[in-house]
Amino acid sequence: MLAELGLPSVDELFSHIPEYCRLNRSLNIPPGQAEADILAYFKAAAAANAPGFTSFLGAGAYHHFRPAHLDSLVSRGEWFTAYTPYQPEIAQGTLQSIFEFQTMICQLTGQEVANAGMYDGSTALNEACMMAARITGRSGFVVARSVHPQYRQVLHTLTQFRDFPTVEVGFTPAGTCDWDALRAAVTDATAAVAIQSPNFFGSLEDWETAAEIAHARGALLVAVITDPVSLGLLPPPAAADIVAMELQGFGIPVGFGGPYAGILASRQKFVRSLPGRLVGEARDSDGRRGFVLTLSTREQHIRREKATSNICTNQALCALMASIFMATYGKQGLRELAQHNLAKAAYAAQACSQAGLEVLFPSPRFHEFVVRLRRPLADLEPALTQAKLIPGLALHPDYPELGHALLVCCTEIVPRTAIDSLVAILAQR
Amino acid sequence: MAYPNTFRYTTEHEWVAPQAGKAARIGITDFAQHQLGDIVFVELPAVGTELVAGQAFGTVESVKAVSEVFAPVSGRVTAINTDLVKSPELLNSDPHGAAWMVEAELSDPAQAAKLMDSGAYETFVAEQDAAAH
Amino acid sequence: MSDLTQPAGTRAARHQVQNEDLLFEISSPGKCGYQLPALDVPPVSLEQARTEIPDFPELSELEVIRHFTRLSTWNYGVDTGIYPLGSCTMKYNARINELVTRLDGLGDGHPLQSEALSQGALRIMQLLSQYLLEITGMDAITLQPAAGAQGELTGILLVRAALAARGDARRKVLIPDSAHGTNPATAAIAGYQVENLKSNPGGTVDMSSLERQMTADVAALMLTNPNTLGIFEEDIHRIADLVHQRGGMLYMDGANMNALVGRSRPGDFGVDVMHLNLHKTFSTPHGGGGPGSGPVAIKRELEPYLPIPVLATRADGSPRLDFDRPRSIGRVRAFYGNFGMFTRALAYIMANGCDGLLQTTEDAVLNANYIRKKLEGAYALPYATPSMHEVVFSDSLQAARGVHTGDIAKRLIDYGFHPYTVSFPLVVRGALMIEPTESANLAELDEFIAAMRAIAQEAQATPELVTAAPHTTKIRRLDEVAAARNPVLRWQRPPVVEHSRASS
Repeated sequence: MLAELGLPSVDELFSHIPEYCRLNRSLNIPPGQAEADILAYFKAAAAANAPGFTSFLGAGAYHHFRPAHLDSLVSRGEWFTAYTPYQPEIAQGTLQSIFEFQTMICQLTGQEVANAGMYDGSTALNEACMMAARITGRSGFVVARSVHPQYRQVLHTLTQFRDFPTVEVGFTPAGTCDWDALRAAVTDATAAVAIQSPNFFGSLEDWETAAEIAHARGALLVAVITDPVSLGLLPPPAAADIVAMELQGFGIPVGFGGPYAGILASRQKFVRSLPGRLVGEARDSDGRRGFVLTLSTREQHIRREKATSNICTNQALCALMASIFMATYGKQGLRELAQHNLAKAAYAAQACSQAGLEVLFPSPRFHEFVVRLRRPLADLEPALTQAKLIPGLALHPDYPELGHALLVCCTEIVPRTAIDSLVAILAQR
Repeated sequence: MAYPNTFRYTTEHEWVAPQAGKAARIGITDFAQHQLGDIVFVELPAVGTELVAGQAFGTVESVKAVSEVFAPVSGRVTAINTDLVKSPELLNSDPHGAAWMVEAELSDPAQAAKLMDSGAYETFVAEQDAAAH
Repeated sequence: MSDLTQPAGTRAARHQVQNEDLLFEISSPGKCGYQLPALDVPPVSLEQARTEIPDFPELSELEVIRHFTRLSTWNYGVDTGIYPLGSCTMKYNARINELVTRLDGLGDGHPLQSEALSQGALRIMQLLSQYLLEITGMDAITLQPAAGAQGELTGILLVRAALAARGDARRKVLIPDSAHGTNPATAAIAGYQVENLKSNPGGTVDMSSLERQMTADVAALMLTNPNTLGIFEEDIHRIADLVHQRGGMLYMDGANMNALVGRSRPGDFGVDVMHLNLHKTFSTPHGGGGPGSGPVAIKRELEPYLPIPVLATRADGSPRLDFDRPRSIGRVRAFYGNFGMFTRALAYIMANGCDGLLQTTEDAVLNANYIRKKLEGAYALPYATPSMHEVVFSDSLQAARGVHTGDIAKRLIDYGFHPYTVSFPLVVRGALMIEPTESANLAELDEFIAAMRAIAQEAQATPELVTAAPHTTKIRRLDEVAAARNPVLRWQRPPVVEHSRASS
């Protein structure tokens, strides 16, 4: 090849790089390793990451069973080594699956249009608020404190240098949003009201009341959902104007925090303010039905600085996992799955009460609840680690007023025996 | 397509057609719609919006491009063409007639007279075409 | 009569693929593809449960398998063949990367586990960070951003925080006209005014324009190097010096790092902050549009503002998460970043090592230059400046016959290849942007070149063959205009039609 190019060596191809820009030594990285050695490194790392423990952690990332065929399907090279479907004739697989995905999300959330996904639930909340600001022409945000703390932090980070006054509204002793405080906080300058259900404590919020409060002052309701499995059983946020949902619970590995996927769903009338990719139905010259990326003028590659968002790469393969998960469980399966989650957490909460532990927030809940510990979690850690249990999330860093409170999540994969063991350790005096 | 001699034209390819009194219609030219290709969406301002000469008041979209539309003159929007919003393809077939964008009450009717007339605009467009090739 | 639509003797061959309807059209009430274990706790009912999910699909497991398998056969991936999309770096996605990511403890690790139980994951992040810093020549790094665009936003927010701390808030960001659309979109979201910087006739930054525009009101210059034309900014030292002298910062979009790894380091040529695309340079798979990962590497001055938590090291070298960062810009997303991409990128770096990474860069640049040499003459080259890992042609020789870059791209599909990047960068009229990467052997490159040359001939002799392409795919060109005018963005159950009894 060099002969074809008339060059003596590959160095010639880099000779135009100025001398001071050149790295004249080897990278300080070990030479290439065999697969066996690489695997050994990662196995050692995995072993140091609590494999085989039963985890009661939720708080925005949920351990659900992933059907066996899920990974085998997404491991097909045509799925995971393909690019964004900008050339529709050669990407109908990706495009049709996104169209199906958009449809299922609408069906689940009771909304009219859904995009192909955002990075995750936390950035989806941010994008939803920006969208509400564009639609209403206002700039205020009102966010419940019972929305995931990290989601609220992200909203703050991404809006801190622009003028988006944000107010937080607290929760009642029942663990749900303080509606009176919310009503007082929403004004004619409010673009978006953000409420999460089930909220961070696992308690159910009332979408209708939230919507009524927001709409009374011309603001939009942003419904935040952190586990889509909840929609198998819980009333969908049809009254909301924008839904910002984390998709991880639908077959995306918990994977130490990412990659996940978020979605935005909304009304048809707001579609031109929706960021992210959209797939639409189309016909070819022979009348065959196909699918194509559409309404692209909203996006960065065309609208540049006036785009709805700067998002380019999203989380397509994760959305595909979610699609396969949804198709596998189906209409009845999602309901039954949610029922299992509900039952496990109810059993655990009751077991805690019976063991004399205080379960905060009596309101209806889904698969998470808050229990007050008798002793600091650190004291219990040795026994928990010995029993290979990860207890849940200590809440005092984000909610100091709750004292030694623990957020416990029970999904369908947690065996009753593990729940019993956990409760026994937590109840130790 | 001919450029009506009762219209006045801008270098951004908008036209303004004075009507009775201080009223005028505003749209974009045949040259502009041709450059954009098949139009899929037109965004117009609300009735009552103040137009400022030279500032954007709406957008026109094809599949792969977005263009802002600039007000050729100053005034206040008194009507918008809802037919155009429903059928953006009108802009491709009849940009000087049925695809008018807004009607406005001009703040200074003399402003329009300072813009290019149809002859000057035709010359301008011919130069644009030549420069592109 | 031979079928001209199907080029003979090429990589492309006709084969049956199957049609497949939508999930909702295949769905049948009562079918299911799952089985949950028996409930070992008492069932509970919910007072305000939803009604059933309307029209949600019901399929058997086999139907799900066949559905998603059939759909996959309509796609083209890096596994299928050379994927010459410019600036996307469609390189091989090694399977060892997939294997290590799914190990128990990593694939199912929870981000909120205690630090003591997360040492494995944190060590992976620590080692990856170390290698990426060595590759970029920068001082510190955050792995948090979810993709390149989010990395850009994080980087620009860091600049904004640093300038605010200096008491020197500025209002503008300069961006070359050849930049990727995410750059101006990012700057606007960060609250800056975007100012366009023209390229010179060689395709690089015009120094006199920069001289004029780099004022005390400019916070940063966002540069891609090599740029989107595949050209190295040879004036980079003058550019960096000028930006710094005037009190601004130099941001580098690292999308094109595949041309530099092991040969040149942005930290050495004056870059203050940059992002990397793990899904480009570091082989994490594109997945049909993501997930990606966009780590941001910085110089020391920006360190106080890094997103929390910052990965820190204890005295014994073990990793810890530092949340005590009073000047941090905050979190840019929940948790720590796309960890599943960290494992894959680290495995890639380990598999290649210092020798393999250098080889990769050299092969990528050699492959692009080979294509350039073999196609110049058949296609117009807008710039004489040397190309690095990608080459940009224009369609001007074909446009005279009414054939444009988009058409040539579609015809390439009939020859068995995925198209290159069409009509980008915008500074070239009718651009063909080709990046073969190192993941192409000589035979494949020669096939690609032969196909492109054949299409150039077709454009002259039988242009309709090109303008009506592709001919051999399951679906021909779609009416995107109609799709945009009347968007149908979801399936709806068709209304039941009352049949008249007249015919019976």
